[in-house]
Amino acid sequence: MTTSIPKPKVRHPALPVNALGLTRRDYEGAVSTLCAGCGHDSITAALILAFWELDIPPHRVAKLSGIGCSSKTPTYFLREAHGFNAVHGRMPSIATGVRAANRDLILIGVSGDGDSLSIGLGQFCHAIRRNLRVLYVLENNGVYGLTKGQFSASADVGSRAKRGEANRMAPIDPVLLALSLGATFVARSFSGDKAQLVPILKAALSHRGFAFVDVISPCVTFNDHEGSTKSYRYTRERAREVVYADFVPPRVEITVDYGAGDAVDVRMHDGSIVRLRKTGLDYDPTDRDAAYAYVRERQRAGEVPTGLLYLSEAEPELHELEATVDAPLATLPFETLCPGSAALDALMEEYR
Amino acid sequence: MGTSRGVNDFALKIATVNGTGSASANGLLLQAIFRMGLPVSGKNVFPSNIQGMPTWYEIRVSAAGHTARAPRFDLLVALNDATYARDIAELEPGGWVVYDSTWPPPAAVLRPDVEFLGIPLARLCAGAFEGGRERLLMRNIAYVGALAALLGIPLELLDTLLREQYGRKQALMESNFRAVRLGHDYALEHFACPLPLRLEAMEAPDDRILIDGNTAAALGCLYAGATVGAWYPITPATSMMDAFRRFCERYRRDPATGKNRYLVVQAEDELAAAGVVVGAGWAGARAFTPTSGPGISLMSEFIGLAYYAEIPGVFFDIQRTGPSTGMPTRTQQGDLLATAYASHGDTKHVVLYPGDPGECFEMAVRAFDLAERFQTPVFVLSDLDIGMNDWVCRRFRWDDAYRPDRGKVLDAEALERMEAFHRYLDVDGDGICARTLPGVHPKGAYFTRGSGHDRFGRYTEDAAEYVEVVDRIARKIDGAARAVPGPVVEARGGELGIVALGGCDVAVHEALDRLADRGIPADYMRIRGFPFAPEVEEFLLGHAVSFVVEQNRDAQLRSLLTLETRAPKERLRSVRSYGGLPLSAETVVNAVLRSVEVHA
Repeated sequence: MTTSIPKPKVRHPALPVNALGLTRRDYEGAVSTLCAGCGHDSITAALILAFWELDIPPHRVAKLSGIGCSSKTPTYFLREAHGFNAVHGRMPSIATGVRAANRDLILIGVSGDGDSLSIGLGQFCHAIRRNLRVLYVLENNGVYGLTKGQFSASADVGSRAKRGEANRMAPIDPVLLALSLGATFVARSFSGDKAQLVPILKAALSHRGFAFVDVISPCVTFNDHEGSTKSYRYTRERAREVVYADFVPPRVEITVDYGAGDAVDVRMHDGSIVRLRKTGLDYDPTDRDAAYAYVRERQRAGEVPTGLLYLSEAEPELHELEATVDAPLATLPFETLCPGSAALDALMEEYR
Repeated sequence: MGTSRGVNDFALKIATVNGTGSASANGLLLQAIFRMGLPVSGKNVFPSNIQGMPTWYEIRVSAAGHTARAPRFDLLVALNDATYARDIAELEPGGWVVYDSTWPPPAAVLRPDVEFLGIPLARLCAGAFEGGRERLLMRNIAYVGALAALLGIPLELLDTLLREQYGRKQALMESNFRAVRLGHDYALEHFACPLPLRLEAMEAPDDRILIDGNTAAALGCLYAGATVGAWYPITPATSMMDAFRRFCERYRRDPATGKNRYLVVQAEDELAAAGVVVGAGWAGARAFTPTSGPGISLMSEFIGLAYYAEIPGVFFDIQRTGPSTGMPTRTQQGDLLATAYASHGDTKHVVLYPGDPGECFEMAVRAFDLAERFQTPVFVLSDLDIGMNDWVCRRFRWDDAYRPDRGKVLDAEALERMEAFHRYLDVDGDGICARTLPGVHPKGAYFTRGSGHDRFGRYTEDAAEYVEVVDRIARKIDGAARAVPGPVVEARGGELGIVALGGCDVAVHEALDRLADRGIPADYMRIRGFPFAPEVEEFLLGHAVSFVVEQNRDAQLRSLLTLETRAPKERLRSVRSYGGLPLSAETVVNAVLRSVEVHA
């Protein structure tokens, strides 16, 4: 297993290149087949930008997803990365296996509210418990698109389906869930807010653990009407940014300046820095309980708090918990795995 | 038809209450008989419970090597009042009952045709040990001591075994020594020791070991180079992952850093365990999961994905009695069909059928090679009897020249040289396409999906493109028939054939001998892999009648043979045992005799 330098490509000379000499085009994938105006396509565009700006070689990434509209999106970015469109709701276990086998890969998991909060709720929770190192994007539209408009588990009480019936069951809020389960990186954004989303995705990609990004992503076909709480209009009116994240890659001088007391720097494991600028008063993005209380309080006020809501770099991720060797398990030479005949002969003595 | 009771040829049963520590006493007894060089088996018939339910341990000694479970017993150690009547009813006439005479046995269960040997085990232990727990535990060791006197097991041998086991726990060892002597001396003083059924040391081949199938399979995973294990605890598969971890702690720690060259994920359920295996296999690790029938049901969706997306993974199914929760602590071969065709849609899988712990070891290694060569899930179908009971088998050997068969995996250099890589293009014409691992080279990227795809790996809903891929996969799996272990055929020149697989082997061998004694020679074929090797069909077509022996109600092996070979259904007669206890030779012999009479 080796990395390699991508072959030179013909490109428009005006297109900017990153440190690898790659343009944004090099981070794109197939043409989207989602509905025109789908929020998911905006998230794809933000992901392309985040990977490009971080100078990540596309082929070092593994793109994983389950089933649903959101899960189709990994085909739309990073064509030079392996992709895996698994079974419905089970992407977290695939991610666990991939990560177990090769800890050098950069994992992105793309999921939806049906995939993560209904059929795959258990897997979502347990990936958090393992602090699996993955950028986990939940493209949240409150509705089942591919099967034509049923409520999902994130639909708000009172939210109306396209045909008019109201949802009466309490929603599962993935941000509150993630906070309560001990997730080490919890953010929420809006597909239409690229300025906020891109730095969050970059910070998430640098997080050494489970980086959860809930992105409210309106479904233009089934859930963008009056009465929907996941519509463009509703979200634009109610989203309140509480913590703005700036991402500073390693070895880059921090030039952004904030007033004292307004910003919190969190140094990531790779040396990069996430600078969290508090827009709300008394908000501490490193205090889990406070984050939980704040999100609840703002929800009661009818707001959707956004930004990087919680971050901790202190907890060990799966490989640290299990004390595995530094090299990817999939690359270990067989001689270092098989004890050989002499060891077996000796062991057999114990079964005499 | 009982056992021919006598020297080195008898069956005994120990009836106790679970949670009282009898397991270690029974293990000690089995170990002692094994060390005397005798072919022996120990079957633990235990409840799905932690404390207070009836549990039995059955030992069969046979100089002739007939160590299948015997349905009737020559000696009973009756230490559970709740099952007294039923246990004593299973004794052969002229047999013996060892009971705790601290209390008189209920008059109703006394049988005039068996001899009762009362030993006041509880009273002896109450006098010799302090505290309820130790008295209870040592009562078990005391009956081992009594059996040593009655059966002729040398005391020194027990001492040696105890020293090996408790060498570093002096006090415990002393207690055990004392308990052994309490029972031993009492028996010696009060009864004519040894009994007519007794043990005499034999010159056994010195390559014998005593081991259970789950430990053996775990060792196979270790030797095959498996690095990722995922599982959800389930009886009777749990001890396999326990053993894998134990071996890894010993052999897979980097000596310099103390870090692990393996990772075991205890998943939230079997669905996730399967997902971890598939994910790890996709990323290039040798990955496996030990489970049982209920786990296979839950894993089926992922198994279909791995089949269709062509991802290697090894699934150990330690079968237990189904359907549903069934009887979790009883054995069965009930998952033959469920594994052969697991998951929805058109699927067919490679399945290996180990017959004993030795084959659990070998086939575990083989399973990883087959999974990677054919890029598909491979099942190793063991069962509770093989997996959890100790079996006498040949020492495992390892060939240091072995290298894993990783199949067609393109590395960076190969990809660099290629014009373009297409995941599902059958370049070699064998139905097996080259695959790439993530992270290796930009040209290797492809999209893995369980949805319809064409030979280039692209999404498709086109009939012809879909059919092309699924037809190739069918060809690929058919090709595995020549790569799985072929059947073991023993020709005895009979017109009858007997066909079996897995742990039926010992009982069938005994049955073959008994049938031959009655003038009915039969040929025997033990199937070891699926899809069936060509020899399987040859055997069936070469016999006018074949008895298909299996441990399930619905004759699943017979169904598989009917579906997958040209053998006429009417030539295949079914012999089944499915009550959850290991197969007895008696079942096979009786069924064949009945059938021969009916058709005569």
